[in-house]
Amino acid sequence: MTASRKITLTLNGESVSGEAPARMLLVDYLRDVLDKTGTHVGCEHGVCGACTVIVDGFAARSCLMFAAQADGAEVRTVEGLADQDGLHPLQKLFSEHRALQCGFCTPGMLMTAIDLVESSESLNEEEIRVGMSAALCRCTGYEGIINAVKAYAEQVHGKPPENRGGNV
Amino acid sequence: MLAEFEDSARPLAGGQSLVPLLNFRLSRPEFLIDLNGLPELSDIVDRGDHIAIGAMTRERSIENSDLVRSKAPLLHEATTHIAHLPIRSRGTIGGSLANADPAAEYPAVALALEFEMVVQSVRGERRIKAADFFEDVLTTALQPDELLIEIHVPKIPSNSGWAFVEIARRHGDFALAGVAAQITLEKSSLKDAKLAVCGAGSTAIRLTDAEEIILRDGIGDDAINAAAAAAAAAVDPMSDLHASAAHRQRLTGVMTSRALKKAAARIGSLA
Repeated sequence: MTASRKITLTLNGESVSGEAPARMLLVDYLRDVLDKTGTHVGCEHGVCGACTVIVDGFAARSCLMFAAQADGAEVRTVEGLADQDGLHPLQKLFSEHRALQCGFCTPGMLMTAIDLVESSESLNEEEIRVGMSAALCRCTGYEGIINAVKAYAEQVHGKPPENRGGNV
Repeated sequence: MLAEFEDSARPLAGGQSLVPLLNFRLSRPEFLIDLNGLPELSDIVDRGDHIAIGAMTRERSIENSDLVRSKAPLLHEATTHIAHLPIRSRGTIGGSLANADPAAEYPAVALALEFEMVVQSVRGERRIKAADFFEDVLTTALQPDELLIEIHVPKIPSNSGWAFVEIARRHGDFALAGVAAQITLEKSSLKDAKLAVCGAGSTAIRLTDAEEIILRDGIGDDAINAAAAAAAAAVDPMSDLHASAAHRQRLTGVMTSRALKKAAARIGSLA
């Protein structure tokens, strides 16, 4: 099928319009058509989380959506996090807590964490670990990432995540 | 449209199972019919004795629904075991049921709670009981021109307990075995017991022998052990790279026991 679709979506607050081949994945549209290469392509089957973006307020795999399905949607990618004043608070915490090494998983980690933290009123450590298991990192061993997300949850919720201890 | 394109078209629900197959070119339908433009299929409605859930309702909406949490807590708990948050953002109940993955959570809950599937085609509407819906691996009673549009979920009776437990190597993976249980007391004896397992055969399986044992002998430790043994004996799983058949069979028993104990402890805990 070679048909194209005219689509309009809001990307990081700005309206963008264009033509997307019907078969094109959202992640390929973001990277190859809109030149927003911050969102990464990893496993291409929804497992690794590198391509995670926020669609209409919810984290979603952009490798499991077609660009045409984002017509009319509000999409947030890692490019939308920092503003003229500098890095997003979560990005600063990732830096402070050494939550990245090679950086490949980081955009997906950030978008996953933002949805996880901002869609709940409180989180404990277990919930953070389970929630962040949606994205894979092959460098850090995760502790830095979990610590950064815990610190972000404390900022957003106004209280530190309860530590349940033990193995999760 | 499904009638028009016959086998060359596939309905696309949340896409969390179908799109990976498309990405790997394991499935190559000529046409996809995107159901995501049908908001009328994504309501959760209280219909008295049951909850009607539109087939395109996202798993995340089910997870966050107070109605589901209070009136179908087994469905709520099973939902929290499905993959990860970003998958549940898109994945739908209708897509999961129609996909009929034997390791998926929803088919087991559908069998245990006796969901009714509302199915539509240009020929009309019909209803299919969960027991008649799942036929084989990834195979349901849906005809090529039919679309699952709504799911009827019976509400939990008073004085009931429920549990969905599963074991997977990593949180979010498909279960090696998972058990859905709901038990109902009347006065002090068991009036109803519903048990089903996923991950232990070519479809989810209702564990009727185990149900009979606890209905007859109650939910003491001995009866639960006997029910767990009956559950393990009732399944004939396949070996694959995730687990051997014998391991899955043993896990079916262990999960049955854990689910029954958890369900028993929850009796009377709903307001």
